[in-house]
Amino acid sequence: MTKGKLDWQMDEQQNGKAPLSLQNVHVSYATRRGKVQAVRNVTLDLHAGESLALIGESGSGKTTLGLAIVRLLPETAQIEPGAIFYRRNGREVDLLKLDRNEMREFRWRDCAMVFQAALNAFNPVLKIWAQAWDTAKAHGWHDKEAVRRRLVELLEFVQLDPKRVIDAYPHELSGGMRQRVLLALSLLLNPQVLILDEPTTALDIITQRTIIKLLRKLKEDQGFTMIFISHDLAIAAELADRVATMYAGRIVELGASEDIFYRPRHPYTLGLIRAVPTVTGGFEQLFSIPGSPPDLIDLPTGCKFHPRCTFATDRCKVEEPELEEVGPGHTAACWHWQKVEEELRRNPLHRGVLSVLEAVSFNEEAVS
Amino acid sequence: MAPILEVRNLTKKFGKGKETVTAVDSVSFAIEPGETVCLVGESGCGKSTTGRMVAGLLEPTSGEVLFEGKNIKELDSTGFRRYRQSVQIIHQDPYASLNPTQTVRQILTAPLLRHNKVKNRADAEARALELLEVVDLTPARDMIDKYPHQLSGGQRQRVAVARALTVEPKFIVADEAVSMVDVSIRVSILTMLSRLKEQFHVTFLFITHDLALAKYFAWEGRITVMYLGRIVEDGPTQRLITDPRHPYTQALLSAVPEADPELAHRKRQIELREAEIPSLLNLPPGCTFHPRCPYFVPGQCDRQVPALEPLDVGGRVACPVRKHEHVPLLV
Ligand SMILES: Nc1ncnc2c1ncn2[C@@H]1O[C@H](COP(=O)(O)OP(=O)(O)OP(=O)(O)O)[C@@H](O)[C@H]1O
Ligand SMILES: Nc1ncnc2c1ncn2[C@@H]1O[C@H](COP(=O)(O)OP(=O)(O)OP(=O)(O)O)[C@@H](O)[C@H]1O
Ligand code: SF4
Ligand SMILES: [Mg+2]
Ligand SMILES: [Mg+2]
Repeated sequence: MTKGKLDWQMDEQQNGKAPLSLQNVHVSYATRRGKVQAVRNVTLDLHAGESLALIGESGSGKTTLGLAIVRLLPETAQIEPGAIFYRRNGREVDLLKLDRNEMREFRWRDCAMVFQAALNAFNPVLKIWAQAWDTAKAHGWHDKEAVRRRLVELLEFVQLDPKRVIDAYPHELSGGMRQRVLLALSLLLNPQVLILDEPTTALDIITQRTIIKLLRKLKEDQGFTMIFISHDLAIAAELADRVATMYAGRIVELGASEDIFYRPRHPYTLGLIRAVPTVTGGFEQLFSIPGSPPDLIDLPTGCKFHPRCTFATDRCKVEEPELEEVGPGHTAACWHWQKVEEELRRNPLHRGVLSVLEAVSFNEEAVS
Repeated sequence: MAPILEVRNLTKKFGKGKETVTAVDSVSFAIEPGETVCLVGESGCGKSTTGRMVAGLLEPTSGEVLFEGKNIKELDSTGFRRYRQSVQIIHQDPYASLNPTQTVRQILTAPLLRHNKVKNRADAEARALELLEVVDLTPARDMIDKYPHQLSGGQRQRVAVARALTVEPKFIVADEAVSMVDVSIRVSILTMLSRLKEQFHVTFLFITHDLALAKYFAWEGRITVMYLGRIVEDGPTQRLITDPRHPYTQALLSAVPEADPELAHRKRQIELREAEIPSLLNLPPGCTFHPRCPYFVPGQCDRQVPALEPLDVGGRVACPVRKHEHVPLLV
């Protein structure tokens, strides 16, 4: 379907630079009450072919960061300071310096964002075919037959019956079908990077699984580079190679999926993990994170998590920690990450194979 | 022990003529005092409709609801009022159920006074403060003068629980009670609800589409799985999630995303024959899961509605084809 994987990986091998690099990105919204600091100081490299999940509570800035990359933020938003470098075929551009037209080109051909499958992600009066045709035309693709062939191919890829879907209006489709149509449309112009915002939220379990399988196929067979945005940790565990935890607009921990889920070093990440149960794993006592997220207009001093953190000391109240290395390819922004490590040694997480074994041993007892 | 609540062949149809849907179809179960039962299943399978009939908010088309051994249809008006107080329901969206023009004080003292649970205003106020402590809305003195819009989603849900407690219920139907609350505070609400089980001997019917929550909340209790209006399987939670027998339960458990990368990648992948769920307006004959079921036996599954039969490992299952087969979910 695409040859994405190859040009990308060669690119990164040749110049040693990630295709997408965010440097010191800040986003704020102007409101009557004041400036909402939705994203602060985000520095991040997205590697070719990898999938990265952004997790965190509601309001932590996940969607804002996604919108900043494709520059679809509302007028009241300001991206400053910061730079977002995009590299392809030896060229490098700062997305924040592109003009409106250049950005529009980038948006579908290089990077597409898939919004939650709400009806309002579509134009309600256009049939699916018309939505695709409009998009294609807007990008100078006028070969109707070819566009149609591509759309049919993509609808088949997302396991929809093109005959049934192509002439349907969005409201005639179920939530799961709409999400798959959006995914197909986002692939129309062969982008290299996909940003998916809450790709499975509000869908039924079995439909969620269909979407997860499709996304895995995109990743594994087509080598797409993807960013998943979700408040649901399970989506990160299912799909991500790396996970970034966001809190109050900042990335507070970043690491391989296994590191984040089994060896978290930031108290907030640990709190999130201890708050969600698994289904087929063993039983584990869960805990809430005390308090609630901060007011982004009037942020706390020091570490923004300190009012809710059980590890906090006086230092945390005045000095804000930066991301530091806590293991290979694993960073966390916490003065006391070693204490989190100690805490996990005292009270390990019952996750992974261990919890599987617990569940199985229960099962054998039940059977015997 | 005698069940506190029992439903027999509970059925609810909506609509007329060709447009009739059977939202709940011959559902039978019994819940013992102190037991926690979770009702799970996908959107539209009839969970809320069942919950509303249990709470006496919706009249069944046919079938019975028995509370403390008595058929609620046969209660006199005093008896019916007492039953309606004993069974309280907590909804998903507390914002919709709390009057926005009333303070927490009014929301809590009004039912206390109306149902003569207290002698006077001063006692009502004291009781309201106590209830706020019970649901962990502290300091209670600061909370009591707030309006719903001044509270977070989690705090509003706590107010809804406190209000349900004013009438000293014995049974609470919690319908997606924490589904709209952020994960980070969900657990504290569940813990608070669990405490009510012990502190006030409240029995719970916990309705959720989230299997992970069901497992956590009803770990010592039972899970009942519904599909298109019928119960397809139920049983002790720990059995049901490690040894599900109905192909639909297996499909659900294998499909549910896991917040654990290893589990996520070791789940058995179950391929359904058909991805889309049938419409209630056009239900398949026999076992309604048969068009999607990987174990479909032509001539059997599409002819006869399978009975919900007891299982040797605990609970009941409505699948004669697979009832004896153990399918490990992790591979
Ligand atoms: N257009 C806007 N004007 C003002 N503030 C905004 C705007 N959009 C978002 N915000 C605020 O910016 C912060 C970050 O919002 P964002 O939508 O990025 O969070 P999120 O992590 O995606 O949350 P959710 O999980 O709820 O989708 C929030 O405090 C939000 O209220
Ligand atoms: N008042 C009503 N009139 C007509 N149909 C109804 C009514 N209430 C529910 N239904 C239908 O009955 C079926 C079962 O609905 P119910 O709300 O019980 O499902 P549910 O399992 O609670 O779903 P969800 O997880 O989405 O809350 C659905 O098809 C629904 O559309
Ligand atoms: S009765 Fe048959 S069709 Fe229904 S679930 Fe069992 S095996 Fe599948
Ligand atoms: Mg968002
Ligand atoms: Mg419901």
